[in-house]
Amino acid sequence: MKILIPIKRVNDYNVKVRPNQTNTDVDLSNVKMAMNPFCEIAVEEAIRLKEAGKAEEIVVVTIGDDKHQEQLRTALALGADRALLVKTDNVLQPLDIAKTLAKVFEKESADLIIMGKVGIDGDNNQTGQMFAALTNLPQVTFASEVEINGNSVHVTREIDGGLETLTAEMPAVITTDLRLNEPRYASLPNIMKAKRKPLEELSLEELGINIETKITTLKVESPPERQEGVKVETVDQLVDKLRNEAKVI
Amino acid sequence: MKTLVIAEHNGENLSAATLSVVDAAKKLGRDIDLLVASNSASNVLKEAKAVEGVSTVLDFSDEKFANEIAEDLAACIVSVRENYDFFLASSSTSGKNNLPRAAALLDIQQISEVTEIIDDKTFKKPIYAGSCIATVQSSQEKNALTIRTTSFEKTGASGGSAKIETKDVPDTVSRKSGFVKNELTVSDRPELTAADIIVSGGRGMQNGENFALLEAVATKLNAAVGASRAAVDSGFVPNDYQVGQTGKSVAPNLYIAVGISGAIQHLAGMKDSKTIVAINKDEEAPIFKVADYGLVADLFEALPDLESKL
Ligand SMILES: Cc1cc2nc3c(=O)[nH]c(=O)nc-3n(C[C@H](O)[C@H](O)[C@H](O)COP(=O)(O)OP(=O)(O)OC[C@H]3O[C@@H](n4cnc5c(N)ncnc54)[C@H](O)[C@@H]3O)c2cc1C
Ligand SMILES: Nc1ncnc2c1ncn2[C@@H]1O[C@H](COP(=O)(O)O)[C@@H](O)[C@H]1O
Repeated sequence: MKILIPIKRVNDYNVKVRPNQTNTDVDLSNVKMAMNPFCEIAVEEAIRLKEAGKAEEIVVVTIGDDKHQEQLRTALALGADRALLVKTDNVLQPLDIAKTLAKVFEKESADLIIMGKVGIDGDNNQTGQMFAALTNLPQVTFASEVEINGNSVHVTREIDGGLETLTAEMPAVITTDLRLNEPRYASLPNIMKAKRKPLEELSLEELGINIETKITTLKVESPPERQEGVKVETVDQLVDKLRNEAKVI
Repeated sequence: MKTLVIAEHNGENLSAATLSVVDAAKKLGRDIDLLVASNSASNVLKEAKAVEGVSTVLDFSDEKFANEIAEDLAACIVSVRENYDFFLASSSTSGKNNLPRAAALLDIQQISEVTEIIDDKTFKKPIYAGSCIATVQSSQEKNALTIRTTSFEKTGASGGSAKIETKDVPDTVSRKSGFVKNELTVSDRPELTAADIIVSGGRGMQNGENFALLEAVATKLNAAVGASRAAVDSGFVPNDYQVGQTGKSVAPNLYIAVGISGAIQHLAGMKDSKTIVAINKDEEAPIFKVADYGLVADLFEALPDLESKL
């Protein structure tokens, strides 16, 4: 079985991202970047399937500029076998990412495509579902448990009301949720080894993708600040404030 | 052209989220139709018909809708595409699962988590865990939006008199996925995203049994119970309790955060609450920066005390 994992380069989740001076975009100039946490979970799940003898090959792919090699190398250090960089200096929107990934899938094929449920940057939560639509593959989003069962995959998903289990025939698209696993860290020897693993570059032109900017950002602002309130000394004071000042109980 | 709202329901009742999406839809100034895919759920159709502001209810009835599979729902949306230039769903797990699939089939770049509709091409949405708000403009003729329901009012659940149009359910027998089972959380409490008051616990609660202390306070206040990611990851409470960037967005009148430090990902899901209370033994905890009332205390003393005084 072959697993394809599209990964996204985003801000480190510990960093609070701010608007730039001119309020035209976010300011990422001095922000530490990392692999999207949900993509780390996707990579981890693939490695576990390989360790369990259920998968043979793990291919990671990302669409972005040269700097994206860092995240591909990280994935290789964690245990992916090969990496693909679809190189572009433009920042693509989810629909174009999904179209590009669909072309990569045509070229590479795979039995399982594991993606993050959401990028913590744009909070889009779209790409996996769009990719599944364009490739006409079944989708199982927000996975917290994945089990391979012959030709199909059993997936427990986290939904607003609790949990749901779906089955999908492979090839299938899975998007990861937080409880699927706890990603490992790359060891130093593996980081060294990753430098020699294959990383292939492709271009959008080769894949026949014309990007279209359908959504433009007019402005990026900080949200209205909440006023820091007061400290109360006792539970009695708290109850009094809630009853008589805020009038919420 | 009209706006199509994808209804959400549990087989019996229309969800409150749908009322908020209809409220958002009104701001687009078009006639509003409601798509109901159901297992011949006549009560859902009855409720859908009564929603204020809805012109037509599109009734897609089929046994397969006893459970919702994205492939089926997306096919319904695509089958009626001609009449609509807006497709709206809530940013619940259902909307997030279904709408992007339909949008891709219609070659639409979706806009997620819309919190404000400025005009029919311009929208606001939070990005980077709510630390920035983006104003975005679409050049597309047709648009798909998921709506962050906490940023909109609820349209009236009664008073409307929409007509019901029976629709042919697209054939998706060749779809490659299917329902196996679900384990839904049963609770007598108000639903998290619709509650007036929420009491949430974090890692400071130490274990699942201690959530009984929170439950007791919640019962007195007729509140919902929520949690931080750390509390869910540690297995104190089920996944559907999680409030935050990658959990549920809530904005109740009163949010009480107990033993929660206030990480940016947690704040992203609750900082629009009207009044925020934080109970934490660490006076430096970032949650106090957004709290209207902060109590620096050990929660194991504060919670029983609070419960007795309500
Ligand atoms: C990709 C990603 C997505 C995430 N999504 C979410 C999300 O949706 N929602 C979310 O909540 N988090 C999310 N997180 C996690 C977030 O970063 C924090 O790790 C998490 O919110 C911390 O939970 P906590 O406040 O309960 O735990 P901690 O940060 O450990 O805080 C525990 C608090 O309890 C207090 N405490 C301990 N004992 C007591 C006591 N006896 N009395 C009073 N106070 C006490 C401590 O002082 C401390 O402030 C996400 C993280 C990532 C990387
Ligand atoms: N530029 C990209 N390259 C490869 N995969 C991506 C890219 N952007 C998003 N993805 C995938 O889509 C998922 C969801 O992202 P999003 O729809 O942007 O929230 C990510 O977790 C990745 O798996």
